[in-house]
Amino acid sequence: MLERSSQVDVPSRQPLLQAVGISKRFGTLLANDAIDLELWPAEIHALLGENGAGKSTLVKIIYGLIQPSGGELRWMGQKVELNGPSQARALGIAMVLQHFSLFENLTVAENVVLGLPRSESFFAVSARLAELSRAYGLPLDPKREVWQLSVGERQRIEIVRALMQNPKLLILDEPTSVLTPQEADQLFVVLERLKGEGRTILYISHKLDEVKRLCDTATILRAGKKVATCDPRRETAASLARMMVGADIGEVKAVSGRGVSVPRLVIHKLSLEPDDPHGTHLEEVSLEVRGGEIVGIAGVSGNGQDELFAALSGERLVEDAKSILIDHRPAGSLSVTDRRRLGAAFVPEERLGHGTAPRMKLSENALLTGHAASGMVNKGFVNKPATLAAVDRTTQAFDVRKAKRDPEAVSLSGGNLQKFIVGREILREPGVLVVSQPTWGVDAGAAATIRQALIDLAARGTAVLVVSQDLDELAEIADRIAVMFHGRLSAPLSAAEATRERLGLLMGGANAERPADEHGAKHAVGA
Amino acid sequence: MQLVLERRAERSTAIAIASPLIAVALTLVTVGILFAIMGKNPIAALIVYFIDPLTDSYSLQEIAVKATPLVMIAVGLSLCYIANIWNIGAEGQFIVGAVCGSWLAVRTNGTDAGSWVLPVMLLLGAIGGALYALIPALCRVRFGASEILTSLMLVYVADLGMDYLVRGPWRDPKGLNFPTTAEFDPVATVPTFIEGGRMHGGAVIALVVVMLATVLLGRMIMGFEIRLVGAAPRAARFSGFNSDNLVYLTFAVSGALAGLAGIIEVAGPVGHLQPNISPGYGFTAIIVAFLGRLNPIGILIAGLFLALTFIGGEEAQISMKVPLDLTKVFQGILLFYVLACDSLIIYRIRLLRTVRKPVHAHG
Repeated sequence: MLERSSQVDVPSRQPLLQAVGISKRFGTLLANDAIDLELWPAEIHALLGENGAGKSTLVKIIYGLIQPSGGELRWMGQKVELNGPSQARALGIAMVLQHFSLFENLTVAENVVLGLPRSESFFAVSARLAELSRAYGLPLDPKREVWQLSVGERQRIEIVRALMQNPKLLILDEPTSVLTPQEADQLFVVLERLKGEGRTILYISHKLDEVKRLCDTATILRAGKKVATCDPRRETAASLARMMVGADIGEVKAVSGRGVSVPRLVIHKLSLEPDDPHGTHLEEVSLEVRGGEIVGIAGVSGNGQDELFAALSGERLVEDAKSILIDHRPAGSLSVTDRRRLGAAFVPEERLGHGTAPRMKLSENALLTGHAASGMVNKGFVNKPATLAAVDRTTQAFDVRKAKRDPEAVSLSGGNLQKFIVGREILREPGVLVVSQPTWGVDAGAAATIRQALIDLAARGTAVLVVSQDLDELAEIADRIAVMFHGRLSAPLSAAEATRERLGLLMGGANAERPADEHGAKHAVGA
Repeated sequence: MQLVLERRAERSTAIAIASPLIAVALTLVTVGILFAIMGKNPIAALIVYFIDPLTDSYSLQEIAVKATPLVMIAVGLSLCYIANIWNIGAEGQFIVGAVCGSWLAVRTNGTDAGSWVLPVMLLLGAIGGALYALIPALCRVRFGASEILTSLMLVYVADLGMDYLVRGPWRDPKGLNFPTTAEFDPVATVPTFIEGGRMHGGAVIALVVVMLATVLLGRMIMGFEIRLVGAAPRAARFSGFNSDNLVYLTFAVSGALAGLAGIIEVAGPVGHLQPNISPGYGFTAIIVAFLGRLNPIGILIAGLFLALTFIGGEEAQISMKVPLDLTKVFQGILLFYVLACDSLIIYRIRLLRTVRKPVHAHG
């Protein structure tokens, strides 16, 4: 298809896709309420909205995954009924989901072939894939197995897989949430180029500056209804946010006069072999987090953040107990439970399956981290009222929205579940909090709540360590920022020193040489 | 038209209860067809199988006798299965428990040992079963060996080991060369409820096991740990639970229960150690565990139902001249349907009528 021409052939006098009065009802919930949307050829169109605003429902309808209860879709002026993604693909609609659907043990080419009609031979697909990835500046080796690839590379597979269908409309769901600023910039170049070829891009995001920079049009949804369609470049981030949330978002406020006390979490020359052969080797990671401050760890995922989190939480034990000190006590060889008893708390990156058991109730998920030190267990018996009370407290303090008092974790939206998980730990008033990707894939309102809670917690004297790929987030809340690259941690930069450019370079491993020392450091700066 | 499986948002409790019942119904239909092929009247055959045993005291007692080991073993296995740990070798642990307990009965045979003999035999049976079950657990934790294979293969080791003992060192000198130990003394025998009846004290132990397991799974932190390791292993590790310890624990508990069931069977209904002490209780208990939804109360009901198929099979063999192996076919079909119907709990079936039609394009 690429051989034909990169230009797509669509009449530009009418919208490519028109949604007219689309409604979708789930039981008593009206997820989409008479939404109108017009997507024009050669346009990057943002779909903005909080979690639960109806963005996902709308794009699922456009992609044929679910059928609307009312309204109609028009494709180049013709009414269409989409009963499945294959029909949407046949029209020229492709979608890249936020959560990748890739088989880890298969190669890039095998993964791509699986998503295509069977008419084409494997070798033809591999060749076309290589050509396409080269042509669009999305480098990919078709023979590599997916588990070897970084998140950014995995996203490239999804994008190339979508481009293989030569789509007229490409839907992207929160694509930059896993990328470094530089990677995001590369993606924007690709998207601009696709637009130049006459394709339409429907871009779902909640990052307002990104939308302002990239998108020609923005449609804003709130509570299932369309609020406005506007030109984001003529709006301010604040005005967009107001339309999204329906009120001013409370700016995250630093508490003035936050006193910094003694180091409460000390990491000293922590080295750790990876658990599995594909993991990252931690090399002499050192860092001090004092009570009252928030230290950020930036970096592209897969550079040892998971290993560091596991070593700090106690999911992996380290040989030298003194390489991790929690409130001056050696903790490197203590179990997760013992570390919690020392007053530490942890929030892992994965909400489902790591931070919570998806199919268990919230009360059981409160027990998951609370059994160590929250009076929820008495002589081996679970105190059920205590676990429910913990759920209620978290619900109230963090405005967790859910359909009933004690639902399964998986039934909560991402933002609400994240508020629950972070709240669950914060309400234990930990002395040390290690949190990984606190607002990954979370809407603006929930993200603001969580960040404010972290700042307030630090103000109460807790040492907070935040591992994040979101530089805006770190800039907003961290007092100092260090960068992780190839298992090494740079010296922390103060918030003032930590410009995007400097961090971006450190994240890419460049400009991080330091004078050779006894270890002959190759890449990163020691702390 | 097309049938598709759709993932359910929340698990359906109604289906969780209905699923085993649907499985039983489908099994009855299938077995009815089998009877018809064999030239028997399906309705009459099913009545012999499932209704007749419920009509006299002897059969009812016999159902309890058969259900006792099934329930005890299945409760232990369910703890493993909930935690995604696959002990398939309960039959071997049953035999080793029977052998370990019998050792004391053989040693004290004919002496004037007191009433301490039976409790110690039960204890030895439980310990023997637990230790035997720890072998596959150790192999899994230390060497990463699949516990499915190791536990299964150890069944044959146990079976042949027992065979050797009853044909060799433990054979009853007055037993006319039959491969069996001497009849156990009364102090080494599980008492029956009614003089001359068959139902014995093991049934009470099985009920206690069911109650303890209900409390463990529903109320105790250890039950939560077992469920969490099975439901979300990574979250379990984050929670601070050590899954290796849990492998040891669940294998030990299920082995102990199987071993206890073994010695109760030998010291109860059988009365001596001999080859073939079990009609495959350890394997049938796997079906019981799943048919009972890995829930102790469910297992109690399922155990009684499977016991009914054993008794019904015997009655059908006598009165209808159908082979006893039909019971095993029956149980196999049942497990097949139970596992198939389990998909209904996670997925729902939806009929798609409009699929495969071309995209509509009206003006």
